Amino acid sequence: MYAVQIENLTKIYGSGHTEVVALADATFDVAPGELVGILGPSGSGKTTLLTTIGLVTEPTRGRVVLDGEVIAEDGWPPGLDLKRIRREKLGFIFQAHNLIPFLSAVENVMIALENNGFGAKEARTRSIELLESLGLGHRLNHYPALLSGGESQRTAIARALANQPRVILADEPTAALDTENGKNVMGLLKKLAVENNSAILVVTHDQRMVEGFDRIFTFSDGRIVNETRNNV
Amino acid sequence: MNLALRDIRHQKSRFIQTCLGLGLLLGVVMSMSGIYRGLFTDATGILNATAADLWVVQQDTSGPFAATSRIPEEIKYRIRAVPGVAQASALSFQNIQSERHGAPFRFFLVGYELGGMGGPPIIVAGRPIRQKHYEIVVDRAMKIGLGEQLQLGGDDYTIVGHTAKMVSSAGDPVAYVTLADAQKIQFKDDNNAIRNSREKLASQLERLPVLSPNQASQLTPQIAKIVGSTHIANTVVARLSPGADLAEVQDRISRWNHYRPLTGKDQEHILTEGMIKKAKMQLGMFRGILLVISGVIISLIIYTMTLDKLRVIATLKLIGTRNRVIVGLILQQSLLMGVIAYVIGFVLIALTRDKFPRRWDLVAIDLQLLFGIVILICIGASLVGIRKAMRVEPAEALGG
Ligand SMILES: Nc1ncnc2c1ncn2[C@@H]1O[C@H](COP(=O)(O)OP(=O)(O)O)[C@@H](O)[C@H]1O
Ligand SMILES: [Mg+2]
Repeated sequence: MYAVQIENLTKIYGSGHTEVVALADATFDVAPGELVGILGPSGSGKTTLLTTIGLVTEPTRGRVVLDGEVIAEDGWPPGLDLKRIRREKLGFIFQAHNLIPFLSAVENVMIALENNGFGAKEARTRSIELLESLGLGHRLNHYPALLSGGESQRTAIARALANQPRVILADEPTAALDTENGKNVMGLLKKLAVENNSAILVVTHDQRMVEGFDRIFTFSDGRIVNETRNNV
Repeated sequence: MNLALRDIRHQKSRFIQTCLGLGLLLGVVMSMSGIYRGLFTDATGILNATAADLWVVQQDTSGPFAATSRIPEEIKYRIRAVPGVAQASALSFQNIQSERHGAPFRFFLVGYELGGMGGPPIIVAGRPIRQKHYEIVVDRAMKIGLGEQLQLGGDDYTIVGHTAKMVSSAGDPVAYVTLADAQKIQFKDDNNAIRNSREKLASQLERLPVLSPNQASQLTPQIAKIVGSTHIANTVVARLSPGADLAEVQDRISRWNHYRPLTGKDQEHILTEGMIKKAKMQLGMFRGILLVISGVIISLIIYTMTLDKLRVIATLKLIGTRNRVIVGLILQQSLLMGVIAYVIGFVLIALTRDKFPRRWDLVAIDLQLLFGIVILICIGASLVGIRKAMRVEPAEALGG
């Protein structure tokens, strides 16, 4: 079974002469454990792809199946519990600023686990383990303002991973990082795809990162213009 | 994990400052309820201490507190003779303003019959009045020590006892003397005035053709004694024997000319409805306004705190946090603010209570009611913030 299947996925913003086709008839599948890169110039629809898969943006047309569950069929099916799917099946990683500023590193991870019904004690233990495995054992009780860019990003990754989601969506996770830290984060994502068997979709501008991906889609004006497969 | 507390911990000083400000407001609201209760207690202080079933006053007046009432003291004998009346005593009330140690000095003087009703209810120091003349019991608030002298109507009175917290409906401390002394103080005309009126009376009598000069000179002092009688009281209070019918006794006395029998309830009504109703409304309005202001402040602060958190809320939504967690975050902050402010207000008031010049009473039901209102205000105030939070799109967390 595929982790993500999209078929003719289309997103049109606005209408009439303000109409913008952000995403046009995108069709592809991602298998569990696969690390997929999304490349393309600014405005080509990369973020829109992630947010339609991530149940943040309602697609105009097309179909999305996530871990066997139809989450879009020419729009969201009525009665679909978007938040449940987001907290159970999806993990989000964005540029550094999305940690909650009044929670410490460990609490930022805990909140994702508590969302899924873990008690505070268990959530804390798991969060600490996860942060330690990402090399943040010495930053557990730091607030985001006191973390470096790389540390913030790794904390965000820990939060995205906490519930071992089937699909991880990362939008330019290395944009705010220097080459060294960027490479580390990419390495980490690669390792996660293999170890957790999660499908990981990573939007990036960064040509330096492309070797790490199993497959790369290049977007232009909302369309997939190129697909390449790296042989490992 | 409690998000509300963690967020507050992160911006402690703003939260604490707001709580302090609100605490002051709520403290003022509490003191206003207290002042009203105090007015009420003060207004009915003498009424309750007297514990009379009936207050007989001058016809067509609502005396003796709210209006002037003058009746002859002797009417007490007639009242005692009414079936059902167990006890009746005459009382005199007067405001005295004099000077002491160079400062104006006001108090309310009660004249009562030794052994009768209406005397000092509790003596906290010294003893009650025992002599018919020149002894006085004063309230502690007048700050005159036992054994000291106080000059009234040209005579020196010795302080023999102290009462505590006895004030008139105007808030002045109360002092007690015998009825005879009170009458003496009240009707002490200056000697010239007495001599003048006697001479005028004598010359009028002499001019009457029916009287011989001898008869006239003998009648003058008799008539002067009657018309210038100082055996005047302001009210006669009565207590009924057990089982007596108040309405019946009242009805009987009201059929006499010149007198009006008011029940204790009537008096309470006159004092509280008539005399302090406006004060009550005034204080009530003020409390209402302050509570509205508190509500506006809480909702503004909660709203700005929510605006500051929009990105956090979007992130929470994005990672699938349930709405009740987000609503709880805002509501708990609002409630916490209200509760802390309430406690601050209460502590403030409890600490400063004794420094107020007039009595005020903290009544549990007032405090509970205010607490309930504060909680409702907090819930209401959080609604604007909650509404805003519910409209946040998770996509807002994604923008750079
Ligand atoms: N909320 C929106 N409303 C209207 N147009 C949008 C919105 N979001 C994105 N777009 C438009 O859709 C197109 C694709 O945007 P986006 O997916 O953000 O591209 P990328 O992430 O590749 O830079 C752009 O032309 C952008 O202006
Ligand atoms: Mg983008």
